[in-house]
Amino acid sequence: MLKRRLIPVLFLKNGLIVRSEYFNYHQNLGNPVSEVKRYSDWDADELIYIDISTEHYYDLRRDDLRVSNKGNILDIIRDISRVCFMPLTFGGGIRTIEDIRLRIQNGADKITINAAAIDDLSFIGKSSSVFGSQCIIVSIDYKMVNGRAVVFKSGLTETGMDAAEWAADAEKKGAGEIFLNSIDRDGSARGYDIDVIKRVTDAVSIPVIACGGAGDFHDFVDLARSTRVSAMAAGNIFHFTELSYQRAKDTLLKNNVNVRK
Amino acid sequence: MIGVIDYNMGNIQSVVNAFEYLAKPVTVIKDEAGLSKVDKIVLPGVGAFGMGMKHLTDMGMVDALNQEVLVNRKPFLGICLGMQLICKESFEFGHFDGLGWVDASVRKLKAAPGLAIPHVGWDDLKIKRQNCLLRGENGRFPDVYFVHSYYADPVDPGVVTAVCDYGMEFPAAIEKDNIFAVQFHPEKSQKAGLDMLKEFSEAGTHA
Repeated sequence: MLKRRLIPVLFLKNGLIVRSEYFNYHQNLGNPVSEVKRYSDWDADELIYIDISTEHYYDLRRDDLRVSNKGNILDIIRDISRVCFMPLTFGGGIRTIEDIRLRIQNGADKITINAAAIDDLSFIGKSSSVFGSQCIIVSIDYKMVNGRAVVFKSGLTETGMDAAEWAADAEKKGAGEIFLNSIDRDGSARGYDIDVIKRVTDAVSIPVIACGGAGDFHDFVDLARSTRVSAMAAGNIFHFTELSYQRAKDTLLKNNVNVRK
Repeated sequence: MIGVIDYNMGNIQSVVNAFEYLAKPVTVIKDEAGLSKVDKIVLPGVGAFGMGMKHLTDMGMVDALNQEVLVNRKPFLGICLGMQLICKESFEFGHFDGLGWVDASVRKLKAAPGLAIPHVGWDDLKIKRQNCLLRGENGRFPDVYFVHSYYADPVDPGVVTAVCDYGMEFPAAIEKDNIFAVQFHPEKSQKAGLDMLKEFSEAGTHA
């Protein structure tokens, strides 16, 4: 039987891994290449990397990172894919077919698009016809505004679109998966936004990866039990808790969630 | 030396990376001359069947592949689209002839209620018979990673070494003489997949 996936999400900023909170605070956690061994040891189902350095996120901290690494995302992909034998997804700053091609050539299996799909809906279809829809994940960042789940472009600009409606449109245009991220819950450890996630999974038949809010391992169980999500994704919890990935898996298995052992 | 065929159908680097990680000599093959220089051949690939056959034909690879695999009997491993291309025919977006090494048709998975197509993610295998690549224990094998909408359906069920159940049972692995093929992605299946690739790289030549 097909398993639910548990996916660590790693945010990259200027070539370094950062911890993200409400999309506007980013704490430096280290160099992805020197930590690559650690990620392969996680024996994860899949890894998602989102490069937020090329998007215009507001950073409260001084930009005092010594290494200027803007162009090295391809090196990072190459180094990770040499030792990580699981599906690898890379997102952030992808605007053109060529951006996708370069990532795949260097070892990515899937990519996420966000702003490019909002600016030009046909970009979803164009990219999935070249690379196959299994390769194209549409990433949706949303915030609650007057009780509505409203899509924010690159997490920043309010679009007025409803998250579930946008997900359904993206599926029609050829998206292979939806990566749904709650800005309100990012780094909050308040648990997943079950109501909105349920609405989005009900609106599409493609797999939905839900992210934002995991504070303890039972949040994964709650999410799996109360929605049809294909994958439970999280960032911080995997960085700050010892052996967290395996322990999260154990908790899911103990609660009869169908995950890979 | 293992040769991985690059015919412009998706990320082949991951397969090369896996053999390098296992410290097995590996090279990328881009033309028919390259095929004669290697001992083992891997045909990976993601994408449409018709396009895959067209690329192999345009590169002049078809005759050379027949020669090396069917006549010289070099061990061959087809992965995902590579498994489908060794079949006789496919019904993906029309009707196309394949390499025809296995008397099999490539058909679309039948969508069962509540199950999305493509079949994407980690799923378990049921081992059908003893074989060279998938050892398994008590008929089970650890989960492997799938991404596909079509599957190979052989006339002779005896060639099937493992099946997967996704609303319907379909062949996940086949083995016929020196020809091996899997529908899943061993290069994306963590230790289980690496173990399988190691078995392939160490398998005898069946000459």
